[in-house]
Amino acid sequence: MERFATTPLNRRNRRIQALLRGLFLLMTLLLILPVALILATLIVKGGPALTFDLLFSDPRLGMTAGGILPALLGTVWLVSLAMLAAAPLGVAAAIYLNEYAGDGWLTRLINLAIINLAGVPSIVHALFGVGAFVLFFGLGASILAASLTLAVMSLPVIIVTTREALAAVPMSYREACWTLGATRWQTIRRVVLPNAVPGILTGVILELSRSAGETAPIMFTGAAFFLPLLPQDVFDQTMALSLHLFVISTQVPGVPEPLPYAVALVLIGLVLMMNALSIGFRLWLRGSRRW
Amino acid sequence: MSDRTSPFARDTTLHGDCDRRDAAWYIDKGVEWLLFLGGISAILFIIGIFAFITHEGMGFITTRFDAGEFFTTQYWTPSDEYDPEYGILAMLAGTASVTGLAMLTAIPFSLGAAIYIGEFAGERAREALKILVELLAAIPSVVWGFIGLSVMNPLLIALFDIPVGLNIVNAGILLGLMATPIMTSIAEDALKAVPDRYREAAEAMGATRWQVIYKVVLPAARNGLLGAVLLGVGRAFGETMVVLMATGHAINIPDSPFDAVRALTATIAAELGETTAGSDHWGALFTIGILLFVITFLINLSADLIVRGIRGK
Repeated sequence: MERFATTPLNRRNRRIQALLRGLFLLMTLLLILPVALILATLIVKGGPALTFDLLFSDPRLGMTAGGILPALLGTVWLVSLAMLAAAPLGVAAAIYLNEYAGDGWLTRLINLAIINLAGVPSIVHALFGVGAFVLFFGLGASILAASLTLAVMSLPVIIVTTREALAAVPMSYREACWTLGATRWQTIRRVVLPNAVPGILTGVILELSRSAGETAPIMFTGAAFFLPLLPQDVFDQTMALSLHLFVISTQVPGVPEPLPYAVALVLIGLVLMMNALSIGFRLWLRGSRRW
Repeated sequence: MSDRTSPFARDTTLHGDCDRRDAAWYIDKGVEWLLFLGGISAILFIIGIFAFITHEGMGFITTRFDAGEFFTTQYWTPSDEYDPEYGILAMLAGTASVTGLAMLTAIPFSLGAAIYIGEFAGERAREALKILVELLAAIPSVVWGFIGLSVMNPLLIALFDIPVGLNIVNAGILLGLMATPIMTSIAEDALKAVPDRYREAAEAMGATRWQVIYKVVLPAARNGLLGAVLLGVGRAFGETMVVLMATGHAINIPDSPFDAVRALTATIAAELGETTAGSDHWGALFTIGILLFVITFLINLSADLIVRGIRGK
């Protein structure tokens, strides 16, 4: 460009470009700023209340004092069971779509269903959970019903990320295995899946963190405002961290100011930790990939 | 992926009666069926969701429901013992105003971020910025709602000298931030889908980077960008916890952005726990659920058709 004489028009165009480039960068940074601000606020206001006692004791005095242990354990229960249900189904669906399905109308229909399932509002998932698991299948408001509701919600994301992990395994690996006389399933089990497992895990961890933060789907299907006892089995109700934050910040009067900040900090810390794990996993994976 | 014909097809034609239906063959067939069931599970769940919420809402729809009252009146008094009214007009207005304001903030920011990340940023900055913008999506909705209550509320009161800061502006800004990551990511995909030779041709004519983006890339990516916006609308429209906690939750047709409103999703979340299964109120809440399902279905369907439209070309 510099070889030619610059005209005023050239200069003007470049000024516009520099200006807009700066503007777009500013917009991008403004999107990152809220996360930093939120984290900083939570740490400053909730940090002092984040004690050993908070994490490992029961709520007391109508949830205005004490800890969040039952809610923390409840969330762990809910998301573990949800992933136990969603991961096998999601992986099976992804294997079918990536390894077996052709390009016909059924595949299009399945893809459409996945996109729509991912877009269903969380409160509609809650209604489905109430109508199907709580009432129709008679599970009652229970850990099982809430987990299954979360599982249905997680399914589309797990399918999509698993499918990407499977699609990243080169076709030549499969062809080499077929040539040796292996069946299609033998090829998937011995060659495709082992190569895709890290990618699948990345997706599952990410979805685990997302469902830990969900509130609406578990509100009426198994999470309770307050329970004096820890759940004994999967047919009991449980407290959950996300719902606990909602309850103490809107429903309970006289909660000391730092407490909800500390609970929010624990929740977001849990979610971000799992996110970081997943991102780290992804970066490591990219570095160590053999193809 | 490429060719998927069975690896045995050639085997049998070459060796005539080479029948390899051993245990492995039957296992293979069995697993294929199991996987097929997994594959269609998404379809079954979509049908299941619609069937179960309709099942619960049917009692209300067949007896009490009156479309005229439901969609065009703003009086929602389902717990009134003598004369319960079921009008959702005010909630429709609430949801629409909050979603609208969310898009007003999210569209320019996500588009700007997508252009910077996709067209200006270098390789390393791009990866870092993408991860950082994704972080917005990692914050749970109940935490956003809590921020609306505890940070945005006093901030708005101080900035605009209003008595209460739980209103359309509060929830709209938060929803906008929540919808931004998916919109940025889809918009960036749309920009990336524009072939580089378009850019090269324009640059060869002496266009600056911005002229290339404005005159060539954006028009070529138009459909993908529209799809990104629609997906964002779907997200904001269906969000529950933020609108429950930050809008003020007051039944009201707004005439200022600082008015408190109530959203469709929030109404279900707030009232389902207080109703008895099978009552009119219960059925009315499920009917709102059906409406939410149908609207998000249509939004997602059109987003998909629009995005697929560019891929097809």
